[in-house]
Amino acid sequence: MNNSKVIGLDEVAHMATLSRLQVSQDEQAMFATQFASILNYMDILQHVDVSGVEPLYSPVEHHLVPRSDDATQHRTREEMLNNAPVADEQYFIVPRIV
Amino acid sequence: MSALYYKSLTEIIKALQAKTVSVTEVTRACLDRMTHVEPTLGAMLAIASDTALKEAEAMDAAGPDPAKPLWGVPVTIKDVILTQGLRTTCASKMLEHFVPPYDAFVTQKLREAGCVILGKTNMDEFAMGSTTENSGFHPTRNPWNPSRVPGGSSGGAAVAVVAGESYASLGTDTGGSIRQPAALCGCVGLKPTYGRVSRYGVIAYGSSLDQVGPLARSVEDCARVLQVIAGSDPHDVTSAPIDVPDYVTGLAEASLKGVRLGIPKEFFDKGLDPQVAAVCEETLKACEAAGATLVQVSLPHTSAAIATYYIIAMAEASSNLARYDGVRFGFREKDVSDLQEMYVQSRTTGLGQEVKRRIMLGAFVLSSGYYDAYYRKAAQVRRIIRDEYVTVLDTVDAIFCPVSPVTAWPLGSHADDPLAMYLMDAYTLSLNLAGLPGLSLPVGSIDGLPVGMQLIGKAFSEAELLKVGHALEALVTPLGEPPL
Repeated sequence: MNNSKVIGLDEVAHMATLSRLQVSQDEQAMFATQFASILNYMDILQHVDVSGVEPLYSPVEHHLVPRSDDATQHRTREEMLNNAPVADEQYFIVPRIV
Repeated sequence: MSALYYKSLTEIIKALQAKTVSVTEVTRACLDRMTHVEPTLGAMLAIASDTALKEAEAMDAAGPDPAKPLWGVPVTIKDVILTQGLRTTCASKMLEHFVPPYDAFVTQKLREAGCVILGKTNMDEFAMGSTTENSGFHPTRNPWNPSRVPGGSSGGAAVAVVAGESYASLGTDTGGSIRQPAALCGCVGLKPTYGRVSRYGVIAYGSSLDQVGPLARSVEDCARVLQVIAGSDPHDVTSAPIDVPDYVTGLAEASLKGVRLGIPKEFFDKGLDPQVAAVCEETLKACEAAGATLVQVSLPHTSAAIATYYIIAMAEASSNLARYDGVRFGFREKDVSDLQEMYVQSRTTGLGQEVKRRIMLGAFVLSSGYYDAYYRKAAQVRRIIRDEYVTVLDTVDAIFCPVSPVTAWPLGSHADDPLAMYLMDAYTLSLNLAGLPGLSLPVGSIDGLPVGMQLIGKAFSEAELLKVGHALEALVTPLGEPPL
């Protein structure tokens, strides 16, 4: 197998940024090695002829029917706020934005 | 005579309805068993002793309800499935304190059928893993040899059933997470057709792959649980508007006579451990002797399935797990100066390493410049793989093949090599790409460790698969009870 792909620390840092994660220097080096080996393995797909093949994104075969767009209340505000890390009686609280 | 906690679910249903045993007695038997085996096995993340016993007493006071098919039966549920009022963590520090305000569709169905919910089973964090070592809390161990893994990600669900902690468990299967732990622990596990069971209230990993299904000690036990949880649900548009057939009646008359079993040569290739191969060959011979016809078939793109699966699963995971931002639920890092830092620090502390690995790779394969080469390409290969299965299944009644290339391996074996771990899923994940049903059942053992094989059928052919599985089960020497 062609083992040429090298993942740099800057690429790991970019993936972490896209993922809203912070990766330490040690972890960057570890992920770089692992990602290179995983992505090299995935190159197996380059040898598959897919010309004219439509992508299959879901195995569902029935027609998907959205529910009618009616507002219904399943749960109370209190129930939905119960699991919030920080909330008052009305809202989720986050650090100041503006 | 086996202990009360080792009776089959089918036997227990009858005993409960006939009042030869009370709900409190069976509930207590399972809870006492947990007290005995949990220090060794660690299958459970939460045990709801008080509510379970309270429910059991109330049920005994009211008396058996013949309209409820699982009346009084104690069950366990994988911790990826929401249970109202009972902590649901997905084995992640991120959700360590999450108490769901509602039940998953399947949880609600079990309650309506009369089940007593004993607790939540351990798993790999967010169902990402094949050993249950990736749990954010503690690993689960194999009942046949506690130095070995139970498989995963529904490892706790399989162990609970095999160790006599419950009569059935619900698991989820995204790339083999029901079938593989069932095989490595020696129980029956069914991954239904995508859309057969609602995913409402199941914490999402790979939304086009995830499916809920039962793990139990016999095919008939699995059939009884599937009967209760299958069906369409307005809360999940991907659940199919297709009638649920009777999965239980007719099982007893099932036979292998005239059944055409497709044996895919790619699954018996060099990756398969020779001893596992020998057990599988023995089983195939027994099937033939019982009247089945073995048909050599080929699924040529099997070699591309692992790469295809992981690209799609990681892409879907990176998108699904974006919701863990520390705002509405889950862990939030304190002492942050702004919103962006709050997202990053909460996710960095709350999520485990394998989860981060999959999110980052998922973000990569979806990112600008790589989307076509990875994600779109994988989706195209997915169609080729699906079409191959559909074509083969037009010529046979079911495909029959191994579940795992090896028996249960020692804990810590692949700790530093994620790719080696992904390769272990070779025989299970193409089914999820194709959306088809698979029934994993024990067929033998090697050095005291179970070996499983799986039957794969057409979409929505669970009734037929269960029949073939039931007939097959009769040919196999039972594994007995693990030495606990």
